[in-house]
Amino acid sequence: MSATVLAVDGISLAFGGVKALQDVSFDVHQSEIRAIIGPNGAGKSSMLNVINGVYRPQAGTISYKGRTRRRFEPHEAARLGIARTFQNIALFRGMTVLDNIMTGRNLKMRSGVLAQALYWGRARREELEQRAQVERIIDFLEIQHIRRTPVGRLPYGLQKRVELGRALAAEPELLLLDEPMAGMNVEEKQDMCRFILDVNDQFGTTIVLIEHDMSVVMDLSHRVVVLDYGRKIADGTPDEVRSNKDVIDAYLGVAH
Amino acid sequence: MQFFLEVLIGGLLAGVMYSLVALGFVLIYKASGVFNFAQGSMVFFAALTVVGFAEMGVPFWAAVALALAAMAALAFFTERVVLRPLVNQPQIALFMATIGLSFLVEGTAQLVWGAQVHALDLGVADEPIEWILDKAGMSISKFDLMASGIAAALVAVLAVFFNKTRTGRALRAVADDHQAALAVGVSLQRIWVIVWMVAGFVALVTGLLWGARNGVQFSLTFLALKALPVLILGGFESIAGAIVGGLIVGASEKLAEVYVGPYVGGGIESWFPYVLALLFLLVRPEGLFGEKIIDRV
Amino acid sequence: MFYREAGQFKSTYAADQQLFPIRQDRIAMALLLALAFVGVPLASITPGIEGVIDFNYWYNGVIIPFLIFSLAALGLNILTGYAGQLSLGTGAFMAVGAFAAYNLMLRVPRMPILAAFVLAGVIAAAVGLVFGLPSLRIKGFYLAVATLAAQFFVVWALTKFGWFSNDSSSGVIAAQKIVIAGYAFDTPVKRYLLVLAIVAVMALAAKNLARSAIGRAWMAVRDMDVAAEVIGIPMMKAKLLAFAISSFYCGVAGALFAFAYLGNVEPQAFDLDLSFRILFMIIIGGVGSVLGSFLGAAFIVVLPILLDIAATGFERAAGIAVPAGLVSNLTLILFGALIVFFLAVEPLGLARLWQVAKEKLRLWPFPH
Repeated sequence: MSATVLAVDGISLAFGGVKALQDVSFDVHQSEIRAIIGPNGAGKSSMLNVINGVYRPQAGTISYKGRTRRRFEPHEAARLGIARTFQNIALFRGMTVLDNIMTGRNLKMRSGVLAQALYWGRARREELEQRAQVERIIDFLEIQHIRRTPVGRLPYGLQKRVELGRALAAEPELLLLDEPMAGMNVEEKQDMCRFILDVNDQFGTTIVLIEHDMSVVMDLSHRVVVLDYGRKIADGTPDEVRSNKDVIDAYLGVAH
Repeated sequence: MQFFLEVLIGGLLAGVMYSLVALGFVLIYKASGVFNFAQGSMVFFAALTVVGFAEMGVPFWAAVALALAAMAALAFFTERVVLRPLVNQPQIALFMATIGLSFLVEGTAQLVWGAQVHALDLGVADEPIEWILDKAGMSISKFDLMASGIAAALVAVLAVFFNKTRTGRALRAVADDHQAALAVGVSLQRIWVIVWMVAGFVALVTGLLWGARNGVQFSLTFLALKALPVLILGGFESIAGAIVGGLIVGASEKLAEVYVGPYVGGGIESWFPYVLALLFLLVRPEGLFGEKIIDRV
Repeated sequence: MFYREAGQFKSTYAADQQLFPIRQDRIAMALLLALAFVGVPLASITPGIEGVIDFNYWYNGVIIPFLIFSLAALGLNILTGYAGQLSLGTGAFMAVGAFAAYNLMLRVPRMPILAAFVLAGVIAAAVGLVFGLPSLRIKGFYLAVATLAAQFFVVWALTKFGWFSNDSSSGVIAAQKIVIAGYAFDTPVKRYLLVLAIVAVMALAAKNLARSAIGRAWMAVRDMDVAAEVIGIPMMKAKLLAFAISSFYCGVAGALFAFAYLGNVEPQAFDLDLSFRILFMIIIGGVGSVLGSFLGAAFIVVLPILLDIAATGFERAAGIAVPAGLVSNLTLILFGALIVFFLAVEPLGLARLWQVAKEKLRLWPFPH
């Protein structure tokens, strides 16, 4: 039984009268790929937002790396090794691919502003070191040919890949992916699956991902959590979940 | 105590004038999401047009009608040349475009009518009302009172317009959601022209009142700036907010000037409303009557 | 044909990240610097040329203000163009720089003037930091209102409290002479070279900042601040640094404005109108671009002069007297129209047009 790296316990989140999450609890083991699935509006993105501190839940706690809190501030979560991608792509449109991924290295850069203004000594060394690291990620994701293209000009599938690159640049221990394959064609999805599996394999990164494509979920993930109307309705291996009656009902829209 | 009341009432009445300017802003912001920095220039332009024609010998009511026509033309021009090309740009870009527009309007106004100060007489003098002066010993200007009456009437007319007419409903729809309004067949462009014309009308009324009080001169354009604190206090989308915000800014400005001013050499009015707005922003960014802004990821 | 990169391969990241990766650009830049530092001053003392062109007019009336405004525009570009924090208070920060430098020279014995300029910038940075604190909670044009508070308050304070202007009437200050190590910078040429040197160094620093971690942090905050926070960019530090560094640039520009350009200056010279002028410079020149700051400043400085020349020429040619104020009104109208035009057609300003031109030049004489 591998160690638990993340546990959410009794999380409830509401926006005014809308209950996004109700008493959701589950855990994530070290180096596993955990999928969160469920019909639209089930609260999956909200769950990720709670984990990395964008939203503060009204009840419940998050345990990560031995700390238990109601909420981790976003930059604190980042410093503790949590990185994520967003459903609607949150890249910095005015910057190139290279610069976007370099921002992911921000936490590793220590030189002061004065050194940066002079671009000498430590600042210059750091720039070049980080550039080397980022180039490794660019090679891994096979996006060398677009490294100087402003992100706003890229097609959707490539933008998603760049966003993954930015998240990877932070060398995260926990990676949160919000629908990383939305809007992609079959080949792009295969590439994305390959990248996710490689990251999990080579670096042992724990991954929590939200995904709609069932075949992807079944193939990639070790365990699955199913949400419906903000509640957890199933939790187990892909096979267990697939044959769970509640899950089938939820997706078919059976009244309950 | 009497003096305090006098200053307070004077401030409130001055605040009504600020509310009028803010009203024009709110109208445009509600309907097109644009913060119209050029509102002050529009006030100046409208007043100047009336006065310019009047000085040429045209009877007053005709001058007003001509000014209305000029404001309508400006509305068409603005929609065509400023709003339409910038339709998908972020709010900041539209705001900066209205800064450009304000320079355009100012320059044109002065080019056509000249840069001197013009006097404007609306028939009511800026004198204290006698019976209040006699009974309570307080000096309250006839003119200010009339201005408040006109402002109240204007607000009432606008309220009826927005709530009871078809066009008013369409305006509210556009303010809420451009896409949805388009989906039910509202023509955005037509609505924008109408809104800017109504704002132009409000600018004209404002210009006449301000001009009669202070003379029609270039400094009217800086009214735009005074309206900013008003809108921050009241919320950018609320007519009630514009009124209340204006009253608060007017009153607090005068009270600060009179009671705190002497300790620091006076002239506080130039920055006090902004600092007040700043403090307000830190505590309640959406204003007294505004809607909370939620950032979604 | 001439602007090809063919054959210029980079084998190190250092080479790839240099400021001017293309050799032709490096040559052009070197030529430009040579012209600015050596060519122009030489021309102004060459007997043949100096008789024809009134260099003093050009230095005092065009080139020096152009350089100083470029510096202020750089400052505003750092805050508004790179970090996305709209500011209408540029004039105020320039005023702080000017009056701080004046007071330092006045009250600190044997203060070296370059140190006074730097310290004036630091003081302006401190003021900028204070007025930038609201940016931690408010954004967009709400923040613009906060900067308006700064603009009005600073000008009022400098006028009201006589200490700042050594108790002169209406707050006018007479900037001291510039003397560095016994060498007096009292002729237009010398002032020009000093300003040029300062501006060149600070422009280089700005370029370096833009391509470093802080520059990326600023652009991240500008483009999508929620995402920036999530990936761990320290928002508070980034925003406050933007205000501080931007105000430093504006403060030095203000000091130069008083010492190397006008000589005598009062707080009203740094009013809202100046702030708008500099905002226009970065809109027209190009937000988020060092080159854009220079292009925009050149445009705004030169345009009224061109209009003046055109009006005088028209007067002489047509024999009709041009009414007073016509030129200034036309300037207003033209500025306004250009702002709207650039925002609608090319929001990235002249700098982007320049880039497009360079890209076409790369392909020339081929169409694509």
